[in-house]
Amino acid sequence: MIARIAFNFIQVVVVMLSAPLLAGTVNRLKEIVQSKRGPSIVQPYRDIWKLFHKDEFVSDQSSWVFRFTPFVVFVTPIFVTLLIPVLTSYPLFFAFMGDMLGGGFVLALGGFFATLAAVDTGNPYGPMGASRTRLVGFLAEPVFMIVFFTVSFVAGSTIPYIVQQRWVNPIANFFEPTHVLVMLAFFMLILAEGGRIPVDNPSGHFELAMIDESKGLEYSGPAAALMKWGGQMKFFVLICIFLNVLVTPWGLARGISIRELGLAIPLVLLKVLVFALTLVAVESSLAKLRLFRISEFLGAAFIISVSAMIAWVFAV
Amino acid sequence: MPHGTQPDSILVQLNALAGGLFLLSTFGMVATRQVQGCLRFFIVQSIFLASSMLLLGLQPLSWHLIAVAVINLINKPIIIPWLLKKTVSEEVYARREIAQALNIPISLLVALALTIGAYYLAAPLLKVGAGLPALVNLPIGLATLLLGAYTLTVRREAVPQLLGLLSMENGAFFASIAIAPELHLFVELVIAFDVLIAVFVIGVLTRAIHEHIGTTDVGSLAALKEESSR
Repeated sequence: MIARIAFNFIQVVVVMLSAPLLAGTVNRLKEIVQSKRGPSIVQPYRDIWKLFHKDEFVSDQSSWVFRFTPFVVFVTPIFVTLLIPVLTSYPLFFAFMGDMLGGGFVLALGGFFATLAAVDTGNPYGPMGASRTRLVGFLAEPVFMIVFFTVSFVAGSTIPYIVQQRWVNPIANFFEPTHVLVMLAFFMLILAEGGRIPVDNPSGHFELAMIDESKGLEYSGPAAALMKWGGQMKFFVLICIFLNVLVTPWGLARGISIRELGLAIPLVLLKVLVFALTLVAVESSLAKLRLFRISEFLGAAFIISVSAMIAWVFAV
Repeated sequence: MPHGTQPDSILVQLNALAGGLFLLSTFGMVATRQVQGCLRFFIVQSIFLASSMLLLGLQPLSWHLIAVAVINLINKPIIIPWLLKKTVSEEVYARREIAQALNIPISLLVALALTIGAYYLAAPLLKVGAGLPALVNLPIGLATLLLGAYTLTVRREAVPQLLGLLSMENGAFFASIAIAPELHLFVELVIAFDVLIAVFVIGVLTRAIHEHIGTTDVGSLAALKEESSR
């Protein structure tokens, strides 16, 4: 019991500490692909450290939503981390609180508050980014739902710890068309939700073209740090769900021992690194889509997820 | 559980995967906006067709199906694109946007409805007692047949229309290798050459149209008769 609680907190700490590292690694790799040196991979930590030591300015025109939002954005990924398999293949102490759908809703809550906060200020770019994020969100939501329903229908459960065993047990299940199509649809979903390149350019500095970034423009100091860190953790958590539940449930701790847990941390980080390489390859070879082409990108993801469902339902 | 294809063999599973990706590349042909992209998706589709043939040919070992797979692998991904590039002028490929009667998201939804319809149509046929591979290949082949016909209808450009026709042929092939794997090799050869001739004729025709009118936009050919109104 004590061990499970402790492991749960170790899991949260690992997510909190590795999320900026992932952001830094992806940035550095992208710069290397573009024949530049790029910032160090620990740069996100320095950014967060610096922001925590700066003064904070809050517009007196804004309401409590604006001040409350950074905490929601920061806490929701941590809450989801308690529910999902990050390091262990067995449920930890807090995992009873919600299934995959619950995790999805908690993550959506963070996005909801970030949108409200962007509209709350008088900044002209905030509401624009917020409405665009909603556009992407509306299109991504049905994909998320169909992927989720397909996965839980196939595994007969909505608990991620049961789902992850379904695909690799026996190994022939890995090559089921349903599985491959669901992986593809979820990967496209991560690109859309994480604001990565075919949908949004995370390193763009041009406010008119921003989708995700412009929501946080009004924040300064510690609040900006929390928003930034929360966004990175959300991306990390999404990748953990993708890798540990859908793609590669290997390398997780099986028994309750500190040694297995310690071994699981580098293995999970290795998997995330492989994912980061894939992400960099995708981001470096594609161009950002025009705003109204995003519906086609996510429409394609929707079609893929529905064909995954058809392939399962009609497999008599 | 609705799962008749128990994973007793990894080959059956891989064939199902090839089927899924085959269907996906067909969706790609419906969704893409560029002639070049359409051609690439056709090549990918043909490769998955050939791999499905190969996988079905391995299980009860049949040199005949493997030979068909090799013919397809040479014919469709290599010779047909080469022939198209030779006959149709370069400018057609440089064009980035294909004119379409319906926009892409609506096209995708129609494609989805067609696929579900194909599965419904195939369901009573499969009850007759088809083998394991037919469970995958028949509905997907039927769906590709319908999607190819849909591409043929909705596109207003000659080359993507031709590719829709070829994708119909691919779909028919994909279904037939599971239902009638004993089809004579000679018939397959005839079909392979038939397709080549169709590509050649349509390619030459497209080139002629392009030289005369300066476009291959088939959709605007209707307006030619009443030129005075433009």
